[in-house]
Amino acid sequence: MANGAIHNRDTFLQTIAKRLGREPITSTVLRPDWKHQPQWTVFQGYSQDDLLEVLKSQCSRIHTDFVATTADALAATLKQTVAQYGGGPVVTWNDPRFAEYRLMPLLQSEWPNEQIDVHIWDASAGRKNIEWAEKANVGITFSDITLAESGTVVLFSNSGKGRTVSFLPQTYIAIIPKSTIVPRMTQAAAYIHKQIENGEQVASCINFITGPSNSADIEMNLVVGVHGPVKATYIVVTDR
Amino acid sequence: MSMKIGTDPFHERVETGINNSFMRGAVAGAQERLRTRRLEAAKELGNWEEWRALGEEIRQHTLEHLDYYLMQLSENVAKRGGHVFFAQTAEEANQYIRDVVIKKNAKKIVKSKSMVTEEIHLNPVLEAAGCEVIETDLGEYILQIDDHDPPSHIVAPALHKNKEQIRDVFRKKLAYNKTEKPEELALHARKMLRNEYLTADIGITGCNFAIAESGSITLVTNEGNADLVTALPKTQITVMGMERIVPTFEEMEVLVSLLTRSAVGQKLTSYITVLTGPRDEGDVDGPEEFHLVIVDNGRSDILGTEFQSVLQCIRCAACVNVCPVYRHIGGHSYGSIYSGPIGAVLSPLLGGYDDYKELPYASTLCAACTEACPVKIPLHELLLKHRQVIVEQEGKAPISEKLAMKAFGLGAASSLLYKFGSKVAPSALQPFTADQRITKGVGPLKAWTEIREFPAPNKERFRDWFREHKKGGEQ
Repeated sequence: MANGAIHNRDTFLQTIAKRLGREPITSTVLRPDWKHQPQWTVFQGYSQDDLLEVLKSQCSRIHTDFVATTADALAATLKQTVAQYGGGPVVTWNDPRFAEYRLMPLLQSEWPNEQIDVHIWDASAGRKNIEWAEKANVGITFSDITLAESGTVVLFSNSGKGRTVSFLPQTYIAIIPKSTIVPRMTQAAAYIHKQIENGEQVASCINFITGPSNSADIEMNLVVGVHGPVKATYIVVTDR
Repeated sequence: MSMKIGTDPFHERVETGINNSFMRGAVAGAQERLRTRRLEAAKELGNWEEWRALGEEIRQHTLEHLDYYLMQLSENVAKRGGHVFFAQTAEEANQYIRDVVIKKNAKKIVKSKSMVTEEIHLNPVLEAAGCEVIETDLGEYILQIDDHDPPSHIVAPALHKNKEQIRDVFRKKLAYNKTEKPEELALHARKMLRNEYLTADIGITGCNFAIAESGSITLVTNEGNADLVTALPKTQITVMGMERIVPTFEEMEVLVSLLTRSAVGQKLTSYITVLTGPRDEGDVDGPEEFHLVIVDNGRSDILGTEFQSVLQCIRCAACVNVCPVYRHIGGHSYGSIYSGPIGAVLSPLLGGYDDYKELPYASTLCAACTEACPVKIPLHELLLKHRQVIVEQEGKAPISEKLAMKAFGLGAASSLLYKFGSKVAPSALQPFTADQRITKGVGPLKAWTEIREFPAPNKERFRDWFREHKKGGEQ
């Protein structure tokens, strides 16, 4: 992609430097070692099982259903959850993990045979994907990183992992491999920072999603389900 | 100054606020709830003071090296194919955005909540360019359809309205025929707004934190409206105050943790979205074109002055939620989109003393704001500094001088009234008074009494004080 344009920068930055009483900075500024780093002490030393418990209890505070299952039972659990949400249409990411977790038979034959429409994100179909997502009753994605403390799934977009799968459908299901669970946002941020330091390109959209959308703008009453999904379920795969 | 709301003089605005009993009840209730939730969230972390110290250190370091990080940010945005416009003034920012809108031949614009676009008064410019502009944050949407009623709280903009009023507005403007139940109202707004997202030409957002190392912007919402604003229209314009930046993802994470806890007592809000440039090649959703507009609009004049720390602000409104004066007078009385203690410090700096010289006096200097601030801005000290500047440097004396003394003495009295309860205050101060004048102040009073004495407090409450203050102002 061609570089974008930058307008009016020099005078703007010179004004700032002048106000700060010095010349504009031209050499590299190193971040200091922050004196306090309490973020690293949260759930320090917790095992993966401990973190799973933290995640589970947080789900009750973010209006999100929590289901634990195994890789073998995942297809059945997913099917049941979608049925509870009233069936299709279903929209999913085009993500190799659906095959790894042996979910393709469900997506490609079982559901279609039961008249449940399934749309797997297909970049070649362009804006059509957004129409599918908008009409879908359930959106399904995997979680790339999962934050125990806040009950958050972290999603990195790419051509197969459309942004709108997690916000346009009426309801949302995140499949969480237990191995993706980390204590809190600190570990996710450190991971992304490392990627950048290694010269990798960050995803154009990184979403930290914590339960269904909500608002308290009317007399401070919590309304769950405003612009995005009105309900959400996390399915944790405990043996992966 | 365009951040201004309303044309009534300060005293009339306050009078209106004090006499609006629903608003006062709603404000008090909301303050209580948000304050309690913040305290619980802080308590759950256990070492809140360390978090605050870290937040302060990050913000101070970033401000001290602001030109460096803005340079890095703009380079990284451009590398990812985004365009960056540095706007010294509100007019420059509006002009650039208007040019993009015209070039794109845009007719419909969806916006997610942004204080800085309110500050630069962007919407009328877009409307004059022939665009329909739709605010998508539920609170802002309600205000917009109610003939652009101004926001009264940084985080909960429609706080001053009750559900019956909202129902009536919906009935009048949106052909709504259901009840005042918040769920039904929100569902109606959802339906109305869905179509707007899908048909808009441009999405405009604010920016909670830009990340220098990657050229990313971070948006924090509970509704998910910012996600739809940025995922569906073909062009995205993000407007940020120039100080809303952090070095890396690691600092963003810390400040988001402080923001969501301090604003609403949540560990994280439902949607934290980090966007980098336009969509990648092969992506279906996300904008084809991305513009970042970085706004100075008076901020650089604050750098290098004794008020610099106000730029540490992360707009959480924790100070608003503990302020006894805000509780009494409500957001509109401040006459600025920035209300509460942060508004009383920031509005005179960005908007000038001519419009906002009363605000630093609309405070009891009780220091609750300073204590609540997650990035440790010494808000009550900055309010005092404003008073000193107004009285000593701006030449607004002698009337202001008289006002200052009167306002401060009685104002501070009511601060203590809030702290210790109305009966105890005068006696609580006894040890420090000699001949009915305070000579050695404690805590927040100390800085002032080092310079001069002021009258000892009496048993007046804020309302009574305000009545007196008003008389003083009319002398």
